[in-house]
Amino acid sequence: MRSFCALAALLVTAACATTGTKTADSKGPPPPVVTIPSDPYPSTYKPYDGVPTVLQNATIYDGRGGRIDGGMVLLQDGKVAAVGKTVAVPTGATVIDATGKWVTPGIIDIHSHLGDYPSPGVRANSDGNEATGPVRSEVQAEHSIWPQDPGFSRALANGGITALHILPGSANLFGGRGTTLKNVEARTMQGMKFPGAPYSLKMACGENPKRVYGSRNQAPGSRMGNMAVNRQTWAKAVEYRRKWAEYRSKADKGTAKPGDAPSRDLQMETLALVLDGKILVENHCYRADEMANVIDMSKEFGYRVTAFHHAVEAYKIADLLRENDICAAMWADWYGFKMESNDGIRENMPFVHAAGGCAITHSDDADGIQRLNQEAAKAMADGNRVGLGITPEVAWTWLSYNPAKGLGIAEKTGSLEIGKMADVVLWNGDPFSVYTRPEKVWIDGAMMYDAITGLRPVSDFELGQPGEGDVK
Amino acid sequence: MKRIGTLLLAAATTIAAPLTAQTVAITNGKVATIASAEPIDGGTVLIRDGRIVAVGRGVAVPAGATVVDAGGKWVTPGFIAGFSRLAIVEIDAVDETDDTSAEKSPFSAALDVASSVNQRSVNIPINRIEGLTRAVVAPSAGHDIFGGQGTIVGLGGGDDTVMRARAFQFIELGERGADLAGGSRGAAFLNLRNGLHEAEDYARNPKGYEGGKDRDAILTRLDAAALVPVVQGRVPAVVHVERASDITALLDMRREFPALRLIIVGGAEGWLVADKLAAARIPVIATATQDLPGRFEMLAATESNVGRMVAAGVTVALGMIDENDARQVRLLPQHAGNLVAMARIPGAVGLTHAQALASITSAPAKIFGMTDLGTLEAGKRADVVVWDGDPLELSSAPVAVYIDGKPVPMTSRQTQLRDRYLRLKQDGLPYQYKR
Repeated sequence: MRSFCALAALLVTAACATTGTKTADSKGPPPPVVTIPSDPYPSTYKPYDGVPTVLQNATIYDGRGGRIDGGMVLLQDGKVAAVGKTVAVPTGATVIDATGKWVTPGIIDIHSHLGDYPSPGVRANSDGNEATGPVRSEVQAEHSIWPQDPGFSRALANGGITALHILPGSANLFGGRGTTLKNVEARTMQGMKFPGAPYSLKMACGENPKRVYGSRNQAPGSRMGNMAVNRQTWAKAVEYRRKWAEYRSKADKGTAKPGDAPSRDLQMETLALVLDGKILVENHCYRADEMANVIDMSKEFGYRVTAFHHAVEAYKIADLLRENDICAAMWADWYGFKMESNDGIRENMPFVHAAGGCAITHSDDADGIQRLNQEAAKAMADGNRVGLGITPEVAWTWLSYNPAKGLGIAEKTGSLEIGKMADVVLWNGDPFSVYTRPEKVWIDGAMMYDAITGLRPVSDFELGQPGEGDVK
Repeated sequence: MKRIGTLLLAAATTIAAPLTAQTVAITNGKVATIASAEPIDGGTVLIRDGRIVAVGRGVAVPAGATVVDAGGKWVTPGFIAGFSRLAIVEIDAVDETDDTSAEKSPFSAALDVASSVNQRSVNIPINRIEGLTRAVVAPSAGHDIFGGQGTIVGLGGGDDTVMRARAFQFIELGERGADLAGGSRGAAFLNLRNGLHEAEDYARNPKGYEGGKDRDAILTRLDAAALVPVVQGRVPAVVHVERASDITALLDMRREFPALRLIIVGGAEGWLVADKLAAARIPVIATATQDLPGRFEMLAATESNVGRMVAAGVTVALGMIDENDARQVRLLPQHAGNLVAMARIPGAVGLTHAQALASITSAPAKIFGMTDLGTLEAGKRADVVVWDGDPLELSSAPVAVYIDGKPVPMTSRQTQLRDRYLRLKQDGLPYQYKR
């Protein structure tokens, strides 16, 4: 049991601290203690084989705001082994001349529904919203993921996406848990799951929950209803967490009786892990005033919002977001598709960035995920047109490091720093140009896409269909 | 002769459009006339009374003309959206502002979208400051495969916003058409054939059609009347189909209705039957970036679709027929640029830069018979855009936009919001006092 917990290092729940292996004293074995498995759907992903590879003469954006012109990167043993103007080339390494090309960390999409709302978008495949109650924190988006969604391959080949976060939809106030994937094909979700990445809790503000439930004449039917149901639910979660803490305390002292364990409630369990800081909150929220309400609510109940998603009005409260260390995940120019997106402006990302905040470019879309680099490019240009002076290497943080931070995986990926996962894209030109596409993509040092040789995955669904294996 | 430097352009054009058109010379431009593939460096576009009077190098600038120095930057015709729902929806999910379709109306083909066009929609300035000057605007189908009569709009925002009402009939076939027609593609095609035959009946004997219900007519009198110019080929039918088999079935219908003028919108699998489209001279309005099998009718979708059709000789314009078509046709230059990117990928087919520009200028103009738009040539309406860079590039934006020779204000509701919240610092009264 202990070794299990150690392996699942980042996913260890409080339950792991109270395993039944407490050292027995002379009176005999302690009473059995109820524990909760910390990682019942573990990742089975293992990096694929790669060869030591050197990219040279490249323009490098390192994902932390740094740039090297005519630089070199060494990918070895699945990691970024060296980055610099020059690096030692190991004997036998594959050397790729990247003259006129760019090398960046792989793009990370913090907001995707690939696999949950796959292509084709038929009802039989529609698994992204458990819209059967406004509080559905017990569901996990990973349990809906269809690995055969052709969207994963498009995100890889056209978008240079190396990791992505699959969230439940926004019908509910508490939509459930989100899961981070490596953008690798697999037969199972577990074969795609990013090892050691924390879960998120998807929450949603605004129009969607109140529309879905209000139209059924049930709560919430208004924004104040949204907040009331949220607060009542958090109050329950605080209580639930306290009961388990008391039980664990007794268990630690060896005084717990078999009947003392609280009933397990999966809804509350997710929320208690948020309160423990082990699950991140990714909160769909468009309007500035609603984000402010959520920030106050998080303080009322003692949790942290990691990022606001679709934060169309983040620019109005960029200072507030910065002060509270909350990222804003944004589109470049989506607006007007619903009332709460009416105030979208093209400078949202650069305004959040310029205020010292954490800007993230996200997609929420199987089409948009293929062009997040272009979305960041447009936003940067619009910001610079009003004098913000943002360089492309800095804007690249919106695409890789900041989303990695927003997913709790920034120690592992999101930048070209030594020892990090070799999640890397070689672009056939300036990645902020519309004329540029990924040429090669490596995930953990394994080449997963090569435009030149035609190495690209084809999902089971596309086999035998018109256009199978085509350049898409 | 008034000289306005490039740097002053933006400021100059924020002044309200003059009441009367005047003579404007845009000089020193990299002028993409579209009429020829290569841009003219150091070119001049001379505009008088809303029309282009001369284009080229060494064009004499008359005394009294307002001179706009393009500073060597790109000058293009205004862009044209080959398909959109612009100016008939303010906010998609606010039903009261959405006039695209009328599910509960007794009418279908007769519905005229022109009467829904709002020349003061905020979406017009938001799109025109990105270089879009004209748009094809279609209704959505409500309860029948016949969606109604589409229009072509200008984005100048004036009373002449509707340039041409009843410019085409919009028809849904494919998956959506099957659903509207009762459940199958066969039903949808039968619906179409029946509608066109009833239009012929109406044309033969309009008074007789008034008692048409006695003769099992399905269409109302007004709907049948609206389809008369379609079946007679005086007004084109813009038909939404995606699957290759739907496209060929549609082409086959011309045997029964030889006068029918077809324009396909969507056409995600058009590349599979590109030769047939070319031979039939049927143009396509495509969504450039569609590359996923989002529906079963577009399993073969690829971003090579447009390139392959163009290579086969099909006239292809870019448009949008999706959840973004009410607001985001301003992104068509980006879409066009992506098609240029495709040309660099082994196994893919893309467009040249010139072809990409044509797909959002001359191609839609040609398809919809806008004979005086889509290129920069003497005699054409003066829709002209001066850019700060390559018009298809992500970092570029217009510095000046002329519609019928008049500069439009380079502001929108979005730029107002931007300026209000640029560099957050509240001093004195709340932000709401800042304009």
